[in-house]
Amino acid sequence: MAPSDSTRTETEQSAAQPAVGAPSAAELRAAAQTDLGERRADARPAPLQTARGMEARDVLAWYGASQALKGISLPFAPNQVTALIGPSGCGKSTFVRCLNRMHEEIPGGRVEGQITLDGHDIYASDADPVTVRSKIGMVFQKPNPFPTKSIFDNVAAGLKLSGGKRVKRSDLRDRVESSLRGAGLWEEVKDRLSAPGMSLSGGQQQRLCIARAIAVEPEVVLMDEPCSALDPVATLRIEELIHELRQRYTIVIVTHNMQQAARVADSTAFMLSGELVEFAPTNKIFTDPDDERTEQYVTGKFG
Amino acid sequence: MSTTAPDFNLRASGRVRRRQAVNRLSLLAASGSAVLAVAVLLLLIVSVIVKSAGALNLDFITQTPAAFGQTGGGIANALVGTGLLILVAMAMAVPIGVFAGIYTSEFARPGPSAIVRLVLDVLNGVPSIVIGIFIFGLLVVGHHQSGFAGSVALAIIMLPIIARSTQEVLALVPGTVKEAGLALGISRWRTFLAVVLPAAYGGIITATLLGVARVAGETAPLLFTSSIAPNTVTTNVSQALPSIPVTIFTYSESPNPEQHQQAWAAALVLIVFVLLISIVARLFAARARRRALGR
Repeated sequence: MAPSDSTRTETEQSAAQPAVGAPSAAELRAAAQTDLGERRADARPAPLQTARGMEARDVLAWYGASQALKGISLPFAPNQVTALIGPSGCGKSTFVRCLNRMHEEIPGGRVEGQITLDGHDIYASDADPVTVRSKIGMVFQKPNPFPTKSIFDNVAAGLKLSGGKRVKRSDLRDRVESSLRGAGLWEEVKDRLSAPGMSLSGGQQQRLCIARAIAVEPEVVLMDEPCSALDPVATLRIEELIHELRQRYTIVIVTHNMQQAARVADSTAFMLSGELVEFAPTNKIFTDPDDERTEQYVTGKFG
Repeated sequence: MSTTAPDFNLRASGRVRRRQAVNRLSLLAASGSAVLAVAVLLLLIVSVIVKSAGALNLDFITQTPAAFGQTGGGIANALVGTGLLILVAMAMAVPIGVFAGIYTSEFARPGPSAIVRLVLDVLNGVPSIVIGIFIFGLLVVGHHQSGFAGSVALAIIMLPIIARSTQEVLALVPGTVKEAGLALGISRWRTFLAVVLPAAYGGIITATLLGVARVAGETAPLLFTSSIAPNTVTTNVSQALPSIPVTIFTYSESPNPEQHQQAWAAALVLIVFVLLISIVARLFAARARRRALGR
């Protein structure tokens, strides 16, 4: 995607934001407390599968001559959800695309700094971007199922086409089923796996994309505003799904919607103009931020 | 009883009335022009049918030209020749054009891609007679006319059409779909083969058919390269091959009125051929668009 495109969509969304109603500080606090305070402290299950964490150190990124990231350092703890929030153009999408080496696919895209997955530098000279991406999956803003492929083939695509070891035909079916179950889509599609992926509703398509991403068994799932093209009901389903996915994967989610960050994330990073302003547990960001700019942003005074 | 001023009403007046008049006039001009454009083609087809009426029969398609001084005969030799010229031209232009289109759309950096597209557009604009004389100088002078030389000239005319159409249909496949493949850990070329190409191959067929439709009636390059042809059915591309456009040209200059009529009939055959190709191309294009966008 060209940089101008992503800027445009972000602007459209921020324009659409006020219609939803800017959340009051009290609402955010309530959301953060319900989700983080009560549910997670008491009822948060132990991870079913230990994922690997990531760490970014002093990451700089450019689009041609214009610098989009000015030195971001952030840890992403294993089996945790980290949200990236900030106004349009602050670099959060760029940053998340650096985390699986997608930024360099944009003409003029350049990255410096160090990003590690469980201690391994993903930008090391002997690190293969294609392999890196099979370990660090991504779900995009707009659902993007493969247009000519069936539901089954969409989920199986990564297994069949990526360079990893061959998956046996009999195993393929199991992997597709478990991935669709993992994405909470199995019950809705099990009788029409050969229907085109594009025949599903928007929310179902996005869950199909999540199933496709987790079918290759990544360590980390990056989500770039995964709900921005969905209606509130579909959004809620994806958010519930994120709670379940955390038991198996490390999750990084970019969001424009502050209530969403409050509902799904363990930690939240606030970015502004390509810099990291504040990184803290989510309820601290929304209730007692250290930085004045964070306070202003989460209470809807700008952005 | 209304309390507003007596001149209050909801009828259009002043500028609104003027605008309505201009609107009606523009609409009339636009729809009139559209009718005129359709009428030109209809008129052309009708007149060709009327003028070829006497010559058109099964023999016309199945027989070779009548010997000197005899009547009847057909253009079977030209039909076979044109078919062969186009096939050989396709064999050269389709692979190169499709790969060039793939390169500019999928693999080239923006700079080189823009340059290649510009060059293809310029090549598309080169008059066919110039391409004809170029191939004449290259392959005919010092040797002799041949179907192969004619095909090379036709291939050069087809090439930019195929390459540009291929590039455009590939560009229709959303970038987000290509990103999805990359983000799954699928390499660029596998993403292309497994995801992009299936969505676009109908469009590539359209591109090829458009190229065929364009060169089927090309006359100028063949006059230079493949016009002194035998009156018999031949498949030897190292010698000049007869073709429908050149047949139309020579017959229409003939002193024999029967051959005038046959020129019209050959023209009708050519029109029908190009029309069919265009219709099939459109069907494939519509299908490709649906698949690329996933509808």
